[in-house]
Amino acid sequence: MAEISKINDNTYEVPIGYRPGMRVPGRIFVSAALRDMVESGTIDQVANVANLPGIVNYSMAMPDAHLGYGFPIGGVAAFREEDGIISPGGVGFDINCGVRLLRTDLQATSVQPRINTLIDALFEAIPSGLGATGRLHVSDQQLTDVFINGSQWAVEEGYGVEADLSHCEESGHMPGADPAQVSVRAHKRGRPQLGTLGSGNHFLEIQRVEEIYDEPVAKKFGLFKGQITVMIHCGSRGAGHQICTDHLEVLSRAVKKYNIDIPDKQLACAPLGSPEADNYFGAMVCAANYAWANRHIIAHWTREVFERYFPGSKLDLVYDVAHNVAKIEEHEVEGKRERLYVHRKGATRAFGPSRSEVLQAYAGVGQPVLIPGSMGTSSYVLCGNDRALDLTFGSACHGAGRVMSRSQALKLFTGQNVKAALNKDGIVVKATSPSMLAEEAPQVYKPSGDVVDVVHNLGIATKVARLVPLGVSKG
Amino acid sequence: MIPFEYLEHTADIKFRAYGKTPAEMLSNAAAALFKSMVEPATIVVKETWKVELKAFDLEDLAYQWLCEIVFLFETESAVFATFSVNLEQDGTESMRLLAEIGGERIDLQRHSFENEVKAITRHKFGIKKNEVWCIQVILDV
Repeated sequence: MAEISKINDNTYEVPIGYRPGMRVPGRIFVSAALRDMVESGTIDQVANVANLPGIVNYSMAMPDAHLGYGFPIGGVAAFREEDGIISPGGVGFDINCGVRLLRTDLQATSVQPRINTLIDALFEAIPSGLGATGRLHVSDQQLTDVFINGSQWAVEEGYGVEADLSHCEESGHMPGADPAQVSVRAHKRGRPQLGTLGSGNHFLEIQRVEEIYDEPVAKKFGLFKGQITVMIHCGSRGAGHQICTDHLEVLSRAVKKYNIDIPDKQLACAPLGSPEADNYFGAMVCAANYAWANRHIIAHWTREVFERYFPGSKLDLVYDVAHNVAKIEEHEVEGKRERLYVHRKGATRAFGPSRSEVLQAYAGVGQPVLIPGSMGTSSYVLCGNDRALDLTFGSACHGAGRVMSRSQALKLFTGQNVKAALNKDGIVVKATSPSMLAEEAPQVYKPSGDVVDVVHNLGIATKVARLVPLGVSKG
Repeated sequence: MIPFEYLEHTADIKFRAYGKTPAEMLSNAAAALFKSMVEPATIVVKETWKVELKAFDLEDLAYQWLCEIVFLFETESAVFATFSVNLEQDGTESMRLLAEIGGERIDLQRHSFENEVKAITRHKFGIKKNEVWCIQVILDV
């Protein structure tokens, strides 16, 4: 078996031949310390993705890579429009799981004394956890509007303001939605869950800007030391999960129909241009738009809570990123512009100033790249660099990345002691389930700073600010 | 024979469920899936739900069955504790599953949730028959 080789301090190559059928090599972007945390199963998944038709350059894994299903989590791969594929295994069930960051005009010193009350109010205002139903009651027709118009729908309904839209990736409504490809079952799951946070690693966090690394860019993003920010991490809820499940079944049949050899059933896919691929893409966009609307609504309720306790305070959107999605993008391949289907599964787009997709407000700088930490550890704001286009089709990590299983976490921690330890560090946590807290203990993740350093050192994205949690509301 | 067991997995939930017959294996797989979400001892069987599914083979049927339980949990706002499964051959080309699920509507005062199962993955999903039937499942949580 071919051996993994070190290319440089932060890059390792998985050669063709590491696993049978690889069309291109794999690239894993990790430091030596993080390399030891990458399980062999994760490397196998990188190699499996390299089997897929039409893959360009490399099958890649970001520094937070860990074991997933189909693609690894932290996986990035781009496929040529002429002979490539699209695969739900490269997007995940939680389509457009993503992160939104709001900046306030409040100083931490004025918010910290009321953090308990604020977190309680947010926990109350934003439905979260299993079994919770949303505050919204939308009809099937309204849900179809959500699938097509995403955040635009939310703004028209009075959730958020027009200015928010330009501060979302894809302006919060990605073109190409085909609601006819969304099943009745997905409607049924999606309808009651619009405007809910969900559970697991999803959260709403009140943070303080602790450190600024790049003053001019921070200024452009509206960030300053001691400022209060709010981070929202969630996705497309049951609507997205069901859309993925439904189309996975169709694509499982498509691999037989089109004679595509896949090493993992979760990598079911269809050739680009085929009806099965078009239908999945159209449905995936619906879920992506649902997720943007969902984060928009949650942000609106967050603003309402802040208004109650800090009247006149301003919460503006820094940015909103999708980290589970497939996008049609133009990239340079061997000196030619090509249209590629870039799959990012647990990876964040990190476009630099040369890309037209970067919003006007941040022109000349690059897009904000939002990297949430685990509960209790720092989150980071970075700024996309053009160097990322050469290395990773403009992609960075999406978080810290798990290193410990849930069952192991439950053996080592209890919800109560995790909460007590966080309280000791001045972090208030409110969650529906104590075991969820134990499973999400800070120790089960890689250190977020180490992960972000790899991205920074490779020149994919530059560190702008570090945010520390003050209060967390979880499902 | 143990009905099911959970295996180590860094990010998600992996289990194997066993049965002397395919039907028993599917019943135990449903119990394993549900136990990962909510403690079965807290569930009182007050209502029943009927499920009927059709597929080309046992593996597809098993996948659909587990997806159906996640779907019912969310859309019926109910938690389940008993899973009675029957399998029938439906002509030469397909199989049919007929099941009755027992449980009750969610009561947040009594039901404490462990994990949110987003979906059933097809990654390393498979059924084997050695001395007993065995299904392996990885849940996306």
